Amino acid sequence: MATLTNIEAITRTLAEEMRRDPNIFITGEDVGVRGGVFRATKGLIEEFGESRVVDAPLAESSIVAVGIGAAVYGLRPVSEIQFADFIAPAFNQIVNEAAKMRYRSNGTWTCPLVMRAPYGGGISGGLYHSQSIEATYAHIPGLYVVAPATPYDIVGMLRHALRVDDPVLFLEHKKTYRLIKGEVPDTYYTIPFGKADVKRVGSDLTVIAYGLMLHHALDAAERVARDGISVEVIDPRTLNPLDKDTLLESVKKTGKALIIHEDNLTLGLGAEIAAIIASEAFEWLDAPVMRVAGPDIPAVPFSPPMQDFFMPNVDKIENAIRKLGAY
Amino acid sequence: MATQVAEKIALEITHRALGLSDDQVLEMYWAMLLARRLDERMWILHRPHLVAFHISGIGHEAAQVGAAFALKRGYDYAHPYYRDMATVLTLGMTPRDLMLALFGRQGEPSSNGRQMPSHFGSRALNIVSGSSPVATQIPQAAGIAFAIKYKKTDQVVLTCFGEGSTAEGDFHEGLNWAGIHTLPVIFLCQNNQYAISVPAAKQMAVPNVADRARAYGIPGVIVDGNDVLDVYGAMRDAVARARRGQGATLIEAKTYRPVPHSSDDDDRTYRSRAEVEEWKKRDPILRMQEYLTRVNLLNAQKIVESDARAKQVVDDADEFARNAPYPPAEAALGNVWGQVKS
Repeated sequence: MATLTNIEAITRTLAEEMRRDPNIFITGEDVGVRGGVFRATKGLIEEFGESRVVDAPLAESSIVAVGIGAAVYGLRPVSEIQFADFIAPAFNQIVNEAAKMRYRSNGTWTCPLVMRAPYGGGISGGLYHSQSIEATYAHIPGLYVVAPATPYDIVGMLRHALRVDDPVLFLEHKKTYRLIKGEVPDTYYTIPFGKADVKRVGSDLTVIAYGLMLHHALDAAERVARDGISVEVIDPRTLNPLDKDTLLESVKKTGKALIIHEDNLTLGLGAEIAAIIASEAFEWLDAPVMRVAGPDIPAVPFSPPMQDFFMPNVDKIENAIRKLGAY
Repeated sequence: MATQVAEKIALEITHRALGLSDDQVLEMYWAMLLARRLDERMWILHRPHLVAFHISGIGHEAAQVGAAFALKRGYDYAHPYYRDMATVLTLGMTPRDLMLALFGRQGEPSSNGRQMPSHFGSRALNIVSGSSPVATQIPQAAGIAFAIKYKKTDQVVLTCFGEGSTAEGDFHEGLNWAGIHTLPVIFLCQNNQYAISVPAAKQMAVPNVADRARAYGIPGVIVDGNDVLDVYGAMRDAVARARRGQGATLIEAKTYRPVPHSSDDDDRTYRSRAEVEEWKKRDPILRMQEYLTRVNLLNAQKIVESDARAKQVVDDADEFARNAPYPPAEAALGNVWGQVKS
């Protein structure tokens, strides 16, 4: 059993998987001698050489497209997008190419490409180093979108990502990189996509959260527990496809649901989850489904009071839990 | 003496100088002819709306056959675009395959009727499935070439596109990667001078697409895109360079599209009939017939015979596809995700 931070979980898993599978290579901006701006690929060029850890030209569309080409040939590329905010130039390659390769060839061509992207705010990154992009991409059939939040989940899901034969957008909340530590067993395991995880068992209401918000939700649940409010916390982990069964099972038990995400409110993951609950667990509900999310403004502002205003935090989540609990 | 004379004559026979046998050059002619007759039938089928859409490769046959002929079929990779009918026929797709796609019928090998016609793909033939947004295949071809270099095989990649696509960022990004990493890829621009209605002069400020190669540190070569042997010669050299590990080449085949962009276009709205007629005189099929007649491989009777044979093949494909069933509606649901094996 080792205790790792989220970033260490990523680096260690990439190295282990590259030792296992010679077809895995990494490309992205500054991934080589610099070891990535967040140091996610630290030490990899020293171990695997520059043929497998490839500093890319500063051009996101081709960082994904070269990965697509290599993937259809039979390699397992890992394309790192330096900040999720910069992924937009690759939108066409991700949505029209990678995500449709299997479908458009009726299953004859596949695209096993892992795209890692640090996302999320709270790190003074301003409008263009803080964005949450998951809703945009979770809308696309054929593209796995995952957002594991703990070292255990990161290890298991990154291993799985490097084994599936479809493209994966692997979202890493950058504020959790060094903030979150956790135990990772020495025994080998993988975590399949489409499986949510009950991070805290409770009976009064269900909170659904992922990424940094999962940790805030767990803190808020701990606070209200002192007042006898029992909160169940579910981490969907995979955002597309969602694990409906685990979500519905919990909501049917508690009768109340609160969804938290940092991505802005309108048409976010919460909207889809609320719709699933409304259509498949209506008779079990004792209260309206509630959401705590980023405001509908273009992105996270830089100046601290405005940044704090944007970010859902433990206080905001605690207030929502109390309000829903009292309904 | 007699031997020397024979050798001198042989060198004047262009295809032999390029290392092509008489049979091979006749095979090239057949591929061009078959692509043309198939394409013409597709236009005819669209007229009474027996099919919903056709996008044509007429006029591009020399550029396509000349390029595809330089590949090892089923070994090298091709990432074509939607005009590449003669390319994929040369690489081994069949008229029946392409007719099934035109009619959107069950068993169509590129996509089983999911894609519009002419969105080619074949795993068995190493023809990578393409989309409709232009130029996306160019950096992907660089990625395939990157994988080839990574696996240390001597395969090469051919990717094709029109001159309009060279305005896209993906064109620049793909050639940039190929230059940086010395990748075994041939970028074939089939410059037919129009991006639907917009002439090349409004797409770029340089006279030749090939001029752009300098910006990526790779050779740029201009060929007569209506002369199959000129294209083949340049392509053969580019393939050899790529196999030797010397990297990418941009080939610009100057040609013309004597037909509208697609069955939904009307080219009378943007260019003169005189211009189109002028280019029809340089038709690549006619050019090939003239050449083969000059070197005594073709004559009037053989031309008639090969036309009759092409018509037979096209009739068969048309008949076959018309009578093929449609895919069932629920086939739309399959192959979104793969089976997870963990």
